[in-house]
Amino acid sequence: MKDHQPIIIAFVCNWCTYTAADLAGTSRLGYPDNIRLIRVMCTGMVDPQYVIKAFLEGADMVLVSGCHPGDCHYINGNYKARRRIKLLHSILPRIGIEKDRLKLTWIGASDGMEFARTMKELVLKAKAMGPVASPSGSATRKQHGDES
Amino acid sequence: MKRTAYLNINHEDILQSIRWFLTAALKTGEIDAVLVPGRRDDGRSIMPFLVSDPSQLESADPLSPAFALSSAKQVSRLTHRPSGKKIAAVLRPCEIRALIELVKLKQADLDPVLIISVDCLGAYTNKDWMGLSETGGKDMPYGDPARFIKQQLAHQDADVAPACRVCVNPVSDHADIRLGLFGMDVSRRLLIESSTQKGSDLMELLSLDSCTEPEDRKKRISDFVTKRNEKRDAMFKNTSEKTDSLGKLDRYFEHCVNCYNCRVACPVCYCRECVFNTDVFDHDPYQYMIWARRKGALKLPADTLFFHLTRLAHMSVSCVGCGQCSNACPSGIPVMELFSLVAGDVQAAFDYRAGNDPGQALPLSEFKEKEFPDVVGV
Repeated sequence: MKDHQPIIIAFVCNWCTYTAADLAGTSRLGYPDNIRLIRVMCTGMVDPQYVIKAFLEGADMVLVSGCHPGDCHYINGNYKARRRIKLLHSILPRIGIEKDRLKLTWIGASDGMEFARTMKELVLKAKAMGPVASPSGSATRKQHGDES
Repeated sequence: MKRTAYLNINHEDILQSIRWFLTAALKTGEIDAVLVPGRRDDGRSIMPFLVSDPSQLESADPLSPAFALSSAKQVSRLTHRPSGKKIAAVLRPCEIRALIELVKLKQADLDPVLIISVDCLGAYTNKDWMGLSETGGKDMPYGDPARFIKQQLAHQDADVAPACRVCVNPVSDHADIRLGLFGMDVSRRLLIESSTQKGSDLMELLSLDSCTEPEDRKKRISDFVTKRNEKRDAMFKNTSEKTDSLGKLDRYFEHCVNCYNCRVACPVCYCRECVFNTDVFDHDPYQYMIWARRKGALKLPADTLFFHLTRLAHMSVSCVGCGQCSNACPSGIPVMELFSLVAGDVQAAFDYRAGNDPGQALPLSEFKEKEFPDVVGV
């Protein structure tokens, strides 16, 4: 799977991780283009549905990233996100999507370097894991006929 | 204070004894109506009835192995706003567990309800029940409820619905009054026991002679549950093998027609308006063209797996394994098998058991500052 270019969907909160991504950009820190950032106002609004949809559409990995505990702009949105990730970690492995494909990180607004480093690390991990397994061993997004 | 009594059975007519008990309870005036499964005029279908006239309890039938729908939702209809009246509800253990979840979701209230449960020995699927009721006579399961009860007590689960075959909660922990079959000679008498003050007060009014719990009742129940656990583990293993990848899951649901009956039948699918009925899924026609072009061929209706996985994410914490999803499926998809399997994992992750402890908050309705460090990090 050397050639596999993973797609990573990242739901990032407006106040911390998105700002960190911005900082990484203005600081000219490079990171791989496998990441597709989706800015949300808070990780607390990431419904498990969004994560499920991303995987059904063929994402190799999904990242939810927000403020450190105690720093949430809306007081407790990141705690709610953590419970939802816990929930998805119990569901996804049952349907062949390993826990390691759904990540939750806290990256603060001033952590531009941390952001770039995390993205690089995630891409390496996603490459090592290869595509989401399907019965024939080929990529999910080619295989299962259901979702668009 | 807990009270225990025997209810004698005359001429092996166990149903008549239960009807007597319900009628006596209604006549005390402490309750205004009884919600109980009852026979329709021709006796073929058994549906929940809200009975206020004691003479109508002559058609009450909480023993027949028919389980058309989960009455938890009906109790929700009767109690989500105050009526000023009190009801007694005769429910199966799984209905009680679903009801407890609905109370936590603020969609039902237990205050005006006295819950009565009969030890549950399972029920047929709606399809099988309809087939049996066509044949009529003594072959009908309710032609002879005692026979069905004895057969089930001897672990002959062959005919009942798949969810009932693997049910490990035949006796409710949360009924105000339990009518016990385990450990009893059901041709002679059954057990009545209260587990709350509300239940004890009613039993006192009925001045039933008190007695001690039969010695081997607990053992009978635990033996029964042990066998059920084995069946349940086997079902989980089998289902797991059929659904452990997206490709397999796609085949598992290949006959799904997106009718959403499973959602309607589910007692704990709690949203007032399901997202799948909103504009979010009213896709633009051009959107379908884009999807079709990207994939070459797009299966319609779309969003089938997305629907089931979303439902899993929403209600698996509260799933009680009642099996009504499978019962309602027009395509015969074993929905319950997958949902019970996943619900087991989800509930274990939060150290939660749906319908078990009315005082324990729903896992997704609370959170703490420091918890689940295992889910954070790359």
